Amino acid sequence: MTDSMLIYKIILCVIVFAVSLGAAAYMTWGERKLAAWLQDRVGPNRAGPLGLLQPIADGIKMIFKEEMIPTHSNRWLFILGPCFFMLCACMTGVVIPWGAGWESGGTIFPMQVTDINIGLLYLLGVVSIGVYGVMIGGWASNNKYSLLGALRASSQMISYEVAMGLALIALVMMTGTLSLKEIVAQQDQGLAFVVYQPLGFIIFIICAFAETNRAPFDLPECESELVGGYHTEYSSMKLGFFLFAEYINMFISSAIMASLYFGGYNFPFQHELGLDGNVLTIVQTAVFFGKIFIFIFVFMWVRWTLPRFRYDQLMNLGWKVLLPLAIANIIITGFVMLFMGKLG
Amino acid sequence: MMQLTNRSMQVAKKELTFMERLYFPAIIKGMIITLSHLFKRKATIKYPDQVRELSAVYRGQHVLKRDEAGAERCTACGLCAVACPAEAITMESAERKKGEESLYREEKYAKIYEINMLRCIFCGLCEEACPKEAIFLTDRIVPSSFTRGEEVFGKDKLVEGIDLRVDVTKRQTQEVLSFKTDKKHYHNQTFLDKKK
Amino acid sequence: MLTEYAFWFLSFVAVFSGIAVILSKNPVYSVLNLIMTFFSIAGHYFLMNAQFLAAVHIIVYAGAIMVLFLYVIMMLNLNNLETEKRSNVLKLSAVVAAGLLMTVLSGAVQTADQITLVEKTTGAAGMVENLGIALYRNYLLPFELASVLFLAAMVGAVYLSKKNLNETQA
Repeated sequence: MTDSMLIYKIILCVIVFAVSLGAAAYMTWGERKLAAWLQDRVGPNRAGPLGLLQPIADGIKMIFKEEMIPTHSNRWLFILGPCFFMLCACMTGVVIPWGAGWESGGTIFPMQVTDINIGLLYLLGVVSIGVYGVMIGGWASNNKYSLLGALRASSQMISYEVAMGLALIALVMMTGTLSLKEIVAQQDQGLAFVVYQPLGFIIFIICAFAETNRAPFDLPECESELVGGYHTEYSSMKLGFFLFAEYINMFISSAIMASLYFGGYNFPFQHELGLDGNVLTIVQTAVFFGKIFIFIFVFMWVRWTLPRFRYDQLMNLGWKVLLPLAIANIIITGFVMLFMGKLG
Repeated sequence: MMQLTNRSMQVAKKELTFMERLYFPAIIKGMIITLSHLFKRKATIKYPDQVRELSAVYRGQHVLKRDEAGAERCTACGLCAVACPAEAITMESAERKKGEESLYREEKYAKIYEINMLRCIFCGLCEEACPKEAIFLTDRIVPSSFTRGEEVFGKDKLVEGIDLRVDVTKRQTQEVLSFKTDKKHYHNQTFLDKKK
Repeated sequence: MLTEYAFWFLSFVAVFSGIAVILSKNPVYSVLNLIMTFFSIAGHYFLMNAQFLAAVHIIVYAGAIMVLFLYVIMMLNLNNLETEKRSNVLKLSAVVAAGLLMTVLSGAVQTADQITLVEKTTGAAGMVENLGIALYRNYLLPFELASVLFLAAMVGAVYLSKKNLNETQA
């Protein structure tokens, strides 16, 4: 790796980090606005035009609020919990290809921080350790509601990870690679993979809702039963970290769904437009962000429509519906590939 | 049983059909409903910027009127307190001294006059009971406060200022106005009239 | 050079968190330290270019098994229980077992010089494709047998939970 490439990668890393934080901040605004609109209200409109400065005001408020650490809590683990959750949320952004690549001076700078050949496994791994933040935070609070929230979070995340992984296996069988860059590149020619894997996509999106603890799967922080769930005892920016990480998770999982099933940065007839390489990359990145925001809209739309599941319904759905469906999807994919040859 | 609306539905606990057990049609139906609300007119009135139009007979915060010469009309007869169904009004009367004719219209006046705005139900019976046309309900909204004590309004908040008259013409019919301005009634004569 | 520093750092973390697993009084700390050990071992796999193994190690051990461990320990709230006094027979048997393990380990370390090390960072044996080919071509039977073993364990677990269900209903 040359020096210029290393510097470029570091800059890209910072940009990806900043973009996911900024997107998460404005998603809090978007969520409140959308919730208001769906309920015939106006939403935040005081801070700046259309309330656009609301996330900044919220951030300032979060930082300057009094920080409480309960006396009987476990001090270090109490701090570690939200930090770990935030870290895991930010770690996933590096394997996502945000665009095809820049060409400058004969070298191509890819719009992806790192293209490891086990990209999908990396994603699953980071997602699976993300639950520790919630568990440690909930346990260290020394509060029964926090503990119950943490236990719910851990069992829910493990259950849905299984179905999520199996839904991805069918996709991996089709593409023959675990690298996200490869999977996106394969969708350049031909249809997006959602056409070939509709069942897999539905399973994946349901699991993504569950993994990000969003409604209707927000049982770990279910306020009608558990006060605030795992973040009952948290205040100030540590609470902010928990809430913020949820939005980053949402942003990243939207990006993953867009790249795995909806062609990533590719869009129809992109090569017929006759655009120059670098201009095309900008358009592609814009299209990719458009896809991401559509998914974020769906996340929010579902949250403000569906009521929360009961806990046994959640477990039934995960283990008795999604898991068998995912296995059936793998078998069907295998048979279709066997009889029709690879990719039809 | 009589049906109150024609929209009521008979509820029965049946086995769900396969389509119902899929849940997806129902979920999509619900999501279309919420999406349609995205484009509906918003019900919110942005209060300090926009003010809701009040009805002509809106009953808000009370005012104790002065007559045209600036003397308080209230004579502390207590009829409003008797009429009040919420028992929100208390008063203490006092006798007018020499030289206070410009302040109080009758020989007896209310030294203390308090309305508990937390008890008041804004029914307007005090206004109906008043023989001196002294108390009126206006279209002003009672401001909120941090303590209960602040919500007990004394004369300082209830009596209108001499230069800051509160307009209650919306609540006064022609009969009331003529009753109030007819100088042949003793109670309509101001101290200036009496001087003549 | 960098990989060597990374190796020493990871080994340090692995050994010390491994010791902390045994020494910490609170079982939750033990589990957290064990997770640290798993992470550093996954780092070692990465250094050996066994990316698939590293990822699977994190997903399966750190991401699933240890979460369940932590779940059970948090649920039982073990830190409030007094540790029981162990009997002398138990202590003696523990010493004997640990001594035997140490003999085996020291024997293994003595013969370690004879093992030829695989070339570390350039070997492609740990990549997904090669691993898949090795598992499904050369070692298909052991692989399938292992999965049958897992299936048997799963059926056993389901059976045990079903049995309890019948007892409570009766």
